[in-house]
Amino acid sequence: MTSTVTSKDRLVVVLEKRGGEILTKWLEIQAAGGRNVSAAEQQELRRQSRDFLDALKAATQGGSIDDITGPEWDRVKDLLTDLSASRAKAGYTPTETASFIFSFKQPVFSELREEFGKDPAAFSETIWQTTELLDKLGLLTTEAFQKTREDVISRQQQELLELSTPVVRLWENILALPLIGTLDSARTQVVMQNLLDAIVRTRSDFAIIDITGVPVVDTLVAQHLLKTVAAARLMGADCLISGIRPQIAQTIIHLGVDLANVTTKATLADAFAIALRRSGQAVVRAEKRQAAEVQ
Amino acid sequence: MERIPILKMGRFLLVTIQVDMHDRLALTLQDDLTSDIVKHRARGVLIDISTLEMVDSFIGRMIGSIAGMARLLDAQTVVVGMQPSVAITLVELGLSLQGIRTALDVEKGMAALTAAVSDAREDADEGTEF
Repeated sequence: MTSTVTSKDRLVVVLEKRGGEILTKWLEIQAAGGRNVSAAEQQELRRQSRDFLDALKAATQGGSIDDITGPEWDRVKDLLTDLSASRAKAGYTPTETASFIFSFKQPVFSELREEFGKDPAAFSETIWQTTELLDKLGLLTTEAFQKTREDVISRQQQELLELSTPVVRLWENILALPLIGTLDSARTQVVMQNLLDAIVRTRSDFAIIDITGVPVVDTLVAQHLLKTVAAARLMGADCLISGIRPQIAQTIIHLGVDLANVTTKATLADAFAIALRRSGQAVVRAEKRQAAEVQ
Repeated sequence: MERIPILKMGRFLLVTIQVDMHDRLALTLQDDLTSDIVKHRARGVLIDISTLEMVDSFIGRMIGSIAGMARLLDAQTVVVGMQPSVAITLVELGLSLQGIRTALDVEKGMAALTAAVSDAREDADEGTEF
C-alpha cells in the first residue's frame, strides 16, 4: 500500500491536515529570527505567510514537486517575487528575505515526522524532496531580490546621467555645458546629444564645454571631446573648451592628443569673452557706457 | 525621374534636400549642381539638409565632394541645418567635412555666404590693382 504513495502525496497530506499548525509554528520562527517589526508589518507577514501556504497547497496538489516551471507554480512564484521585491525596497538584507522560505522548513519537517516518522524510508525521501523544492523557491526569492536591487541601481544611474549634464544658456547665442564627474562612453553620448539638441533648439552659434569638474582626462575622454566639437561644427556652431587645469594640460600633451583645431581656454570666463567677441557682442561697465552715451 | 530642385537666388543657388537621399539622387544632384553653377555663374551654394534624418558614408562623402567641386568652380558652399544625429553619424564615420562652411539655419547660412563671397571679391579686387 505504502509503495504507491509518493513523497508528493505525503507532502500534500501534511499541508492539508496540519496546515494550521505549520502556519502557527512558522510565524513563531519568523517572529523570533526576524528583525523588530511594527504591528502593521507583522500583520502583513501573517497575510503573506498564509497566502504562500495556500498557494503552495494548490500547487502541490495540481503540479509536480520536482519541477516548479509548470503553470501550477505560477501563483507561488508570483507571490515570492512580489515579496522579495517589496522586501528589497524596504531595505531587508538578502538573508532576511530568503529566510522567509528557509524558516518554513522546520515546521514542515516536524509535522512530516509526526505524520510519517514510523516509516523511515518514506520519511527521509519526503524530507529530501521537500528540501529540494524549498531550496528552489529560496533561490527564486534571492534572484528576485537581486533583480529588484539591480533595477534600482540602473534607474539611479539613469537619473544621475540626466542630472549631471545640464546645458545652460549664458547669453544670447552662447551655451555652456559644465561637465562634472568622470566621463565614460555612455555619459559622453548623452552629453553630446544634449548639447547638440540644445544648439538646434536655441539656435546658438557658440557652445562652451567646461571641464573644470572632470577629474581625469584620458585619451578616450579627449577623443569624445574632439568628436563633440566636430559634430557641433558640422551643425554650424562653434565649440570652445574651457576649464583646462594645469594637470590636465600636461596629461593631454603627454598623451599626444591633438587639440590644435579646438579653441581652448583656461577658464570659462575667458571662453565666454572669446565667444562674445566672435559673435560681435561686448559687455561693458555701466559707468563707461553712460559716459559714452553722454558724449 | 526624381530630382532635387535647385533654386537660383541672385548669384546664389539654393538646394533643399527634402527626400531621403539615395545614391543615384546624390549623383544626379552632383551633376545638376555643377552644371548650374557654370550656367548661372553662381558665386555661392547653400545646401539645406535640415530634413535629412539619415546619412551613410556615401552621402556624407557626397556632401563633402559637392563642396569641393563648387570651390573649383569658384563658388562658396554652406551646409545648413544638419540634425544632431546626422552630425554624430558623420563624426563617427570619420567624416568631419574639413573646409566646409556650416550654419545652423538658412538665415545664418545666407549671412555666412554673403560674407564669404564679399570677402572673396575683396581679395579678387585687391588682386587686380597690380
